[in-house]
Amino acid sequence: MEQPAVKGQKVAFVKPHVREEWIGRIYTTLCILFLIVTIVAIVYFVASKGLSTFFKNGVNIGDLLTGLKWNPEGEPPLFGALPFIFGSFSTSLLAALIAAPLGCCAAIFMTQIMPGVGRKYLQPVIELLAGIPSVVYGFVGLSVIVPMLRAIFPGQGIGIMAGSLVLAVMILPTITTIATDALAALPSGLKEGSFALGATRWQTIYRIVIPTTLPALLTGVVLGMSRAFGEALAVQMVIGNAPHIPRSLFESTSTLTSAITLSMGNTITGSAHNNALWSLALILLTMTFIFVFIVRVLERRNHR
Amino acid sequence: MNAKTADRIATVVIFAVAAFIVLLLIGLLGFILVRGISHISWDFLTSAPETIKAGGGIGPQLFNSLFLLVLTMLITVPIGVGAGIFMSQYAKPGRLTNSIRLVVEVLSSFPSIVVGLFGMLVFVQKFDIGFSLLSGALALTVFNLPLMVRITEQAMSGVPREQKEASLALGLSRWKTITSVMFPIALPTIITGTILAAGRVFGEAAALLFTAGMSSPRLDFTDWNPLSPFSPLNPLRPAETLAVHIWKINSEGLAPDAAEIAAGASAVLVITVLLFNFGARWFGRYLHRKFTATR
Amino acid sequence: MQTNGLKVNELSVFYGEKEAVKKVSLSFAPQTVTALIGPSGCGKSTFLRSLNRMNDTIGGVRTTGEIWIDGVNINDPSIDVVELRQQIGMVWQRPNPFHKSIYENIAFGPRYHGIKKKKQLDEIVEDSLRKAALWEETKDRLHNSALALSGGQQQRLCIARSIAVKPKIILMDEPASALDPVSTSKIEELIAELKKEYCIVIVTHNMQQAARVSDRTAFFYMGKLIEADSTEVMFTNPTQKETDDYISGRFG
Repeated sequence: MEQPAVKGQKVAFVKPHVREEWIGRIYTTLCILFLIVTIVAIVYFVASKGLSTFFKNGVNIGDLLTGLKWNPEGEPPLFGALPFIFGSFSTSLLAALIAAPLGCCAAIFMTQIMPGVGRKYLQPVIELLAGIPSVVYGFVGLSVIVPMLRAIFPGQGIGIMAGSLVLAVMILPTITTIATDALAALPSGLKEGSFALGATRWQTIYRIVIPTTLPALLTGVVLGMSRAFGEALAVQMVIGNAPHIPRSLFESTSTLTSAITLSMGNTITGSAHNNALWSLALILLTMTFIFVFIVRVLERRNHR
Repeated sequence: MNAKTADRIATVVIFAVAAFIVLLLIGLLGFILVRGISHISWDFLTSAPETIKAGGGIGPQLFNSLFLLVLTMLITVPIGVGAGIFMSQYAKPGRLTNSIRLVVEVLSSFPSIVVGLFGMLVFVQKFDIGFSLLSGALALTVFNLPLMVRITEQAMSGVPREQKEASLALGLSRWKTITSVMFPIALPTIITGTILAAGRVFGEAAALLFTAGMSSPRLDFTDWNPLSPFSPLNPLRPAETLAVHIWKINSEGLAPDAAEIAAGASAVLVITVLLFNFGARWFGRYLHRKFTATR
Repeated sequence: MQTNGLKVNELSVFYGEKEAVKKVSLSFAPQTVTALIGPSGCGKSTFLRSLNRMNDTIGGVRTTGEIWIDGVNINDPSIDVVELRQQIGMVWQRPNPFHKSIYENIAFGPRYHGIKKKKQLDEIVEDSLRKAALWEETKDRLHNSALALSGGQQQRLCIARSIAVKPKIILMDEPASALDPVSTSKIEELIAELKKEYCIVIVTHNMQQAARVSDRTAFFYMGKLIEADSTEVMFTNPTQKETDDYISGRFG
């Protein structure tokens, strides 16, 4: 007779605050799980699609990475992606080379020379530059930079140089923002010590400020490069899209992203050509991981 | 060269670079607006595009962009805020949390074209949603989530510790503390960040090429039944957004006035993004004033 | 809502490997004010925060030992901390009212604990504000933001907020150290008034304050409890040399 009573007590309802806590925990955990599942799914699908070029279509990895001829519909089909890889690396490297000094100068201006003016005018300008959509950059590149390059240099104006210039403006905000944060975080005693020794401002900047913040500045540059490497439409619009390694900076060429952009819609799912495009996407993805890894290494050095 | 001269030259160079960047933005905006604004008219904003004739507008594209933005934010905000709260309040410091943070960082640096491909494969093909607003919104969600998570996490971590402790000490559960005490304080920062993120979503094109598609059906703006294939509100129809449209007419536009349309559409896009930017700024300042006012 | 007091048995608190509080045993009688004094970093605040398990909310903190309240060891992992904290009020060094109206600051806790009727809430708000000697100053602007109050008023609001959920014990972590002298004396008067109903534990670095408000004083040094006795004895005739040195101002 006593048994049911004990049972009844055990069934006693869960206290409201415990239940509500569980609801919150489960909800937020599901959200973060969604994020994790998404990234795992992206990696899984891109990798399985991208690798099927090698396993199902029998293309040699070495041939894809080093081959110079891209003619996937030809007879026999050729999957040499080196021109695209070369195009992606050269445009993003050149863009970083152009944007890095500009970004660092802007950061120095905003933190060391005129912080007031910098915060009030330059900062919003940088933020607006970051906000302009990439297709608009592509459009301006196509209607301003390409004709300008065509007028000054031999060739059609399209090519690596046009792509790099567009990308340089696009990644300038990334580099500037990170450099500014790094410079602003410097302890002021460091600079004052140098001034006290009679060093000029520039001596202080390039002997003390830049060396101590170098890992952080490089972080910005790498993040900028990473963004440039993955940018698709703005580059595709000004680079010309010819699948070969150009002989000059002003000759039509292509990148990984523009090859995907142009052809993905015109290929049949599962075909060798389609899978080869996924292989290009896999290269992009791998490069993203490498960039993130480099940034992590730099950040670790920065914290030391 | 002595140190004084070097200092002077360096200062001049740095000033010049700063001025150059400001001029760059002015030139850029000036070019887009001057080239485009003359082409913007009520007719341009509302009429449908023409493929081979001159005089087409961007009405459906503009509508698609706005609709897609709303859809995306409806999906992104609840998930992003939830995940951000998890990261700032529930994740215990340690290996696991560090790896989750790495995941978010990696996801935020994925090229948007790859996100678009993933969306095409999973949403369009595997889930069989087809080229549609919904597929596009899901792809943009993937693209936008890491940013939303970071915004929320930072805003929540910025709430003073004493506020959280005061609520816990009254005997409130953690979840109630988060939702009733911390979240309202973090909200202004979250809203400002969300508006900026919305601007980014509005201008995104690469992730949409293979998810929302590059064409729109002839929309019937009198048909507001969301299930009808020609209704603007149908989330399962393909939809070319403004940003995608700009890309498309630049690369394959056949209309004789393609250049003008591109200029006009770019101006509209930039103006909208500027509005988002100024809106976020204004809203941030307004809330700041409201919260720091003595009364 | 009376309590038989609080009895702490061999309580240790670890931050990672570091032992911030070392095997402290101490009793707190009902209707008394106990002051915890000691140089900064001596573990007195950490000790205080472990009494309502507030240290649980910081990652990497481990607490061992027993804390008995009315026959229950509240340092047991199976204890529902949310319910526990309702019985123990807390006041912080810097006033931390919620970013809500004065009324909402006080009604927030009771409403969560199940009091939904407006009339009842109104009564609690008035009663708590009266007890915190804030009613006269705020009765006409209950729905204004609490952040518009002065620092001293905010601190009294925080006290009102904590008594609104009818705790048995109130913990105060240097409640007057961020306030001006006038506000400080108001808080001290308030403490003397509140002790008629509550068991109060107050951390302070101000020895005059400890002497003025407390019945008992406990001296902490380097994470250890050096000695505890009635305030009078502690300030006139301490048995330990460290206590004497600290109280007479030779270090700290």
